[in-house]
Amino acid sequence: MYSHDVLVLGAGLAGMRAALEAAKSGANVAMLSKVYPVRSHSNAAQGGINAALTDRGDDWTDHAYDTVKGSDYLGDQDAIEVMCREAGQELINLEHMGVIFNRDEEGHLGTRAFGGQRKARTFFVADITGQAILHVMFEQILKYNVHVYDEWYATNLVMEGGRCGGVVAMEMRTGDVHAIQAKATILATGGSGRVFEPSTNALICSGDGMSLAYRAGAPLMDMEMVQYHPTTLKGSGVLLTEGARGEGAYLINSKGERFMEKYAPNMMELASRDVVSRAETLEINAGNDIDGCVLLDCRHLGAAKIMERLSYIHEVSLDLVGVDIIKDPVPIRPGVHYQMGGIKTDVDGRCWDVNGVWKGVEGLFAAGETACVSVHGGNRLGANSLLDTVIFGRRSALGAMDYASKNSHVDFSENDWVNGEKAKFQGLLDNEPTGDLVAKLRMDMAVAMDKGLGVYRTEEGMQEALDAVQGMRERYKKVVVQDKGKAFNTNLIFALELGCMLDCAEAIAIGGIERKESRGAHSRTDFPTRDDENFMKHILLRKGPGGEVTKEYMPIVVTQWQPEERKY
Amino acid sequence: MQANVSVRRFNPDEESPKSYDQEYQVQVDDNFTVLDTLIKVREEIDGSLALRCSCRASICGSCAVRVNGHAVLACKARVSEHLSEEGSIRVEPSGNQPVIKDLVVDLNPFWDKIRAVEPYMQPSLPEPEAEYLAPNEVMLHLVDVMGCIMCGACYSDCTVLEVDKNFLGPAALAKAYRFVADTRDVEDDKRLRMYNEYGGMWDCTRCGECVTACPKGVAPMERIMAMREKAIEANTPTGSYDGAAYGYRHSLVFEDLVSHSGRLNETMLLVKTVGMFNLPKLIAMIPIAMNAAFRRKMPPMFHPTIPGVGQVRRIAARINASKREAAK
Repeated sequence: MYSHDVLVLGAGLAGMRAALEAAKSGANVAMLSKVYPVRSHSNAAQGGINAALTDRGDDWTDHAYDTVKGSDYLGDQDAIEVMCREAGQELINLEHMGVIFNRDEEGHLGTRAFGGQRKARTFFVADITGQAILHVMFEQILKYNVHVYDEWYATNLVMEGGRCGGVVAMEMRTGDVHAIQAKATILATGGSGRVFEPSTNALICSGDGMSLAYRAGAPLMDMEMVQYHPTTLKGSGVLLTEGARGEGAYLINSKGERFMEKYAPNMMELASRDVVSRAETLEINAGNDIDGCVLLDCRHLGAAKIMERLSYIHEVSLDLVGVDIIKDPVPIRPGVHYQMGGIKTDVDGRCWDVNGVWKGVEGLFAAGETACVSVHGGNRLGANSLLDTVIFGRRSALGAMDYASKNSHVDFSENDWVNGEKAKFQGLLDNEPTGDLVAKLRMDMAVAMDKGLGVYRTEEGMQEALDAVQGMRERYKKVVVQDKGKAFNTNLIFALELGCMLDCAEAIAIGGIERKESRGAHSRTDFPTRDDENFMKHILLRKGPGGEVTKEYMPIVVTQWQPEERKY
Repeated sequence: MQANVSVRRFNPDEESPKSYDQEYQVQVDDNFTVLDTLIKVREEIDGSLALRCSCRASICGSCAVRVNGHAVLACKARVSEHLSEEGSIRVEPSGNQPVIKDLVVDLNPFWDKIRAVEPYMQPSLPEPEAEYLAPNEVMLHLVDVMGCIMCGACYSDCTVLEVDKNFLGPAALAKAYRFVADTRDVEDDKRLRMYNEYGGMWDCTRCGECVTACPKGVAPMERIMAMREKAIEANTPTGSYDGAAYGYRHSLVFEDLVSHSGRLNETMLLVKTVGMFNLPKLIAMIPIAMNAAFRRKMPPMFHPTIPGVGQVRRIAARINASKREAAK
C-alpha cells in the first residue's frame, strides 16, 4: 500500500504551500490532485495578496481591523490576528521563492489599492497574481522533489476508530482504485462554487474536500456565507478583477451614473464586496440595468495602464464578450465567487478540537478555501484569499507533521476500503439509462441555488432551494453515467463530484435558513439587519450516519474589536 | 447555427484500440468557444467523450487541442472563426504526445522537460531579510513570460519535436529564459551552459509555429533567440560554450564567412563550425557529404567572392563598430 506521513489532497496554493513546508523539513509527504498542480483554481486569483509591511509604515493590526470589519464581525479575531501578523514574512517568503511582483521605482515591492481597506497593501503581479504565485510554488515543489499523485481523484477518507488514516483514490488514467495510508491528511481541495450557476469558479471547484470531511463526521461551519463578486462577466460569469477598481475603474448604471455614491459615499467602488454586490443588485432590480448587467468602465485609465496592469481582463473581455475595455465599458454583474464557510479548523489546520469543545475528525487537517478557520467570517476582503492559502497551508503542514511525529499509522484493511469504493462506482455505472444526465442534474441544482440563495435571500426562497436539492438526492441515485469504461472516465468523476456538490448545496441552504439575520454576504430581506444579540455565533452543521444533519453553535472569538455599525 | 464537429477519438479500453473520427451535430451561439461546444457534446450528447478542461478563461491551461490541424486553447478559440464554409470543424488531440483517451494526451514527457531546466529561482544566498531588489522593467518583461500557462500548445505544434523527441521544446525553454532574464537569479552561466547542450536552445529551427500556437503571447521562439544572444554575449575568447552544441559557433562563422566573401560558403560553414582540426567530427561528416554529392546536393567547393565585396565588408565593419559602441 502507498504510505506517507503527511498526505495533502489538492495542489493549489494551500496544498502546495503545505507540501513544500513538509518537504523542506524532510517529512515523507505527497500531494494528490485530480488535476496537474498548475491547473488548480488558485490560478484565477487576479488582483493580489494583502500584507501589512512595517517598513512601508503599515501595521498588521490595521489590516486585522479591516479584515474583522469586512467579515461583518463573524471572523474569529484570534485567527485573523495570526493571519495578519504572519502576512509580511510570508509575502517575503514568496518573493524569495521567485514570485516576480510589481515593483516601485527603487525596486521594492509595489502595492495597489483594494476593496474594504483603508491603505494600499495589496501586492500584485499585473492581474495574474494567483497564476504567478501558483507557478512559482510549483517550481518549488519540483525543486524539493515532492511526490505528486497527478490526476488522482480521492473519493473517500479512510476512517477507523474516529481517526482519519488516509484516503481511497482513483488513478484517473487507468481507473484503478487504491488506498493511500497517511498519519495525517491535509484537505486543500478548494471551494464549492460550481454549486451555483453562473459562477466565477472553474469546473473543478466542486467542494470535494468539504463533502469528504462532512461525510466522515467533521462539521462544516458558516456555509451560508457565499461571496458574490461584484464584477463577473456577462454570460459565462468569468471573473474581472477587483484590481480594476483598485486602479480606479468606475461602476456605472444604464443612466451613466456612478451609482456607488448612493451606497458607499466614502469608499465608492472600493467598498467591500458584499456591499458593492448588493448595490449592483438593487440597481439592476430598479431597472437601471443593461440586459441584466451594469457596466465596469476602465476607459479613463488609458491604454498603457490597462495593458500593463489589467492585460488579462482585457484579454478575456475581448475573447468572451468581444468588448475592448480600452474603448468601451464592459457589462458585468455579481456572481458567485468564494465560499467563506467550510470545514471547521483551528489555527493549525486541525479538523478536531484538542480541547474537546467541538468534535471533529482526528488526523484530518484542512487549509485554504475548503477550510473555515474563520478568517473571512461573513465576507472576505479581496486579496485575503491568497494570503489565507499560504498562511494556513504552511501552518497546517506544521500541525500535521507534529501530529504525524506523535502518532502511528491507523490499521485498516486496504481491500475492504478499495472494494467499498469500487462497489459505489459500479452502482453508478449500473444505473438504468432512463435517469438524468449528470450535467442536467447539476444545472438544475445550480439554478435552484442561484434562485434561492442569491445576493438577497428569504426564508421562503431558501426553503424552496433546500427542498429542491433534497429532492435531487433521489434523482442522483439514478443518475446516468454514459461512459462505462475504466480509463480516464471523466463522466464517472463528474457524477462523483455532483454527489459532493449536493452535500455542499444542502449545507449552504440549511445554514442560510438557520441564520435569521443579515450579516456579511448573507442578506435577508425578511431579517434585514444584523442581530448581534442572537447571532454573534458560528453555525456548525454535522452529518449523521443516516444523512441527518444536526446544528451546533460556537461563539465568535472577539479579542480587541467590538462589533460596530459597518459603513464604507 | 449548427456546427458539424468531427472529433478524433481513441478508447484504450478496447481490445485493439484504434483512432477514429466521430461526427457530432451541435447547435452553437456566435459567442461559443470550441470548449463550450465540446462541453455541450459531452454534457448533452455523449458523456464518454474525454477531454481536460477547467477554468473556461484561458488561465488553467488544461484544454489545448488541435482545431483544423493547429493547436489552440479550446476555451479561447471561437468556434465561428474556425468553421468551414460547410459549417464543419475538426478537433484532434494535441500533437507530439501519445494519446491516452480521445482528446486527453500523456503530458509526462512535457513535464519531464520542464523539470530538466532546473525550473526554480537560484538567487544569491543568504536571503536578505526583506525582498530581493529588482527593477520594475525587468519584472514587467517577465510578466509576459510568466504568462505561460503550460498548456502545451507550443509543444503540440513544434516541428523539431516531430523529428527529435530529445528537444526540450518551446515551453521548457521559455521557462528557462524566465530565470536567465530574472536579475535575481545568479546562475546564468550554469544555465546557459546547460541549455546549450543537445536538445537545448540551438535545436530550435525558428519555424515560428510555437509563436503562432501560444494562446498567451509568450512567444517562446523569441525567448529562445534572446537566450542564444545571451549565450553568444557570454562567450569568452577561450570559448567556454564548446560543448555538444555548435549552434553559437555556427552563427559566428556564418557572419564571418559572409563578411569575408559576400556570400555563404556552406562547405566552410560546416568545417569551421565543428572546427578545422576536429578530425573525428569531420571524418564523421564524410558519409553525409558523399550522400549529398550522390544526390547532387553538394555545395560547390570553390566560392569566388562576389563583385563589390568591399561594400559588404564595410557594412560588416560598421555593424561591429556600433556593437562595440553599444557594449561600452
